[in-house]
Amino acid sequence: MLYDALIAPFVEFEFMRRALAGIVALSIGAAPIGVFLMLRRMSLVGDAMAHAILPGAALGFLVSGLNLFAMTFGGLIAGFTVALASGLVARSTETKEDSSLAAFYLISLAVGVTVVSIRGTNIDLLHVLFGNILALDDTTLLVITFNATITLMVLAAIYRPLVIECVDPLFLRTVSRAGGPAHLAFLALVVINLVNGFHALGTLLAVGLLVLPAGIAQFWTRDLSPMIAFAIGAALIAGYGGLVLSFHTKVPSGPAVILIAAVLYVGSVLFGRVGGLIQRLFPGKHLEA
Amino acid sequence: MLMPPDILQFDDVTFGYDRHPAVHHLAGKIRSGALIAVVGPNGAGKSTLLRGIVGLLKPLSGTIQRHGLNPRDIAYLPQSAEIDRTFPMSVFDFVASGLWRSTGIFGGIGGKSRARIAKALGDVSLTGFENRPIGTLSGGQTQRMLFARVLLQDARMIVLDEPFNALDSKTSVDLLNLVLHWQAEGRTVLAALHDMEMVRAHFPETLLLARGLVGWGPTAQVLTDDNLATARQMCEAFDTGAAACEAATPSRAA
Repeated sequence: MLYDALIAPFVEFEFMRRALAGIVALSIGAAPIGVFLMLRRMSLVGDAMAHAILPGAALGFLVSGLNLFAMTFGGLIAGFTVALASGLVARSTETKEDSSLAAFYLISLAVGVTVVSIRGTNIDLLHVLFGNILALDDTTLLVITFNATITLMVLAAIYRPLVIECVDPLFLRTVSRAGGPAHLAFLALVVINLVNGFHALGTLLAVGLLVLPAGIAQFWTRDLSPMIAFAIGAALIAGYGGLVLSFHTKVPSGPAVILIAAVLYVGSVLFGRVGGLIQRLFPGKHLEA
Repeated sequence: MLMPPDILQFDDVTFGYDRHPAVHHLAGKIRSGALIAVVGPNGAGKSTLLRGIVGLLKPLSGTIQRHGLNPRDIAYLPQSAEIDRTFPMSVFDFVASGLWRSTGIFGGIGGKSRARIAKALGDVSLTGFENRPIGTLSGGQTQRMLFARVLLQDARMIVLDEPFNALDSKTSVDLLNLVLHWQAEGRTVLAALHDMEMVRAHFPETLLLARGLVGWGPTAQVLTDDNLATARQMCEAFDTGAAACEAATPSRAA
């Protein structure tokens, strides 16, 4: 019974195994990035960036139809352009990064919608907006895995300056020049993971696997490394659960994954060990010291 | 007696923001091993000067000669509250970032470094706090932790911006003793301070600022009633229609 519900779909159907492999790779790359987005108070930046990659993907689509490489490449270019432009404007003028990003992503989104509406059909638009993780072919799977690998390698390289820049940016500026490059590399990783999520979940939900697992993790630990591990775990559970849910019901796979993540999130808000609602309402007797 | 060499020299330096000067035409030298209090009313340009010294702010005009001292060899402690205390990080890890010069981006933290970190935490009386999240420390403990990081930076020059603000007397005394110890070790220390009694008692040299130099030299000669009155009358106005500065000479040389 339980076997039929939870394991059989993956034993019987290759497309489910592919989807599972894709979502595992996606989770391992996206969740740590999401944790840093959250700690840098940039969760909504992830959302803005997801919109920013639309015109690039749309241009790729315009040039060569539903071609994966063209759309990925276009999305990366658009995302990098917006990330770099807003990062540079924020660092070289007195504008704060949130406002410069808002300006650039809106420009990008307007261009994207224009491009899609000039040529796309409604079906194309649906694919772009919601993705389809149940239809991953070999190349897509390879691209997703490659991107996740790159993410982990680059994150390992910039980990220390990234952490110090979060805690004490001024200190980092006085001891090293690594802060700027690390920040830009981090924005690049955000873009790469959004493009990754784009294939599986579409532009609207791509940011979900970055932001929700991080939001879940912060309710369970106060330490960075466990927080990253928790986030990856939450993303994996959401991914697997979403696929199972989608298989047994009519819920499309992308929203199903995010819905499961949302359930975990609400559960964490309520029952989380670190600052969850229940724990706040009923903290127990105070300690001796 | 042989004079110690200069570690830093200001040649008619003006620091400010957006062409508006905050410290006008400063000239003078800082000798290696000096212990200098930077004193002046709020808005006198103390923080601006310190930011200029550590290289966070470029001069609007004039130059700073560092005589081979890289700005990255200067340990700088800005006014508190600039760190994100909500970040999930332990006191140990935070303090360990002071070892950046030796570890860089990839270097590991071995047994020797761990011993140094333990000693630094001991020196600021934070032994036992290693695994506490930084967000759970009190204001005084946070300042002690920041001093521990400065200790690990092992810098030739140390620049402190109002390091004893809002601290109780025990914490102030403990941290002041560290500052005096740094000077005894031959390091050059600059500290922006408000407590004139502390300056008179412990700082041999004083730099009195009021958007320009009012006086710079032995503390007793600088902190005179006349000089302090002059500093108090400093104009805090920020004239948006100010004309370009034509002053040719430094406000006063040391």
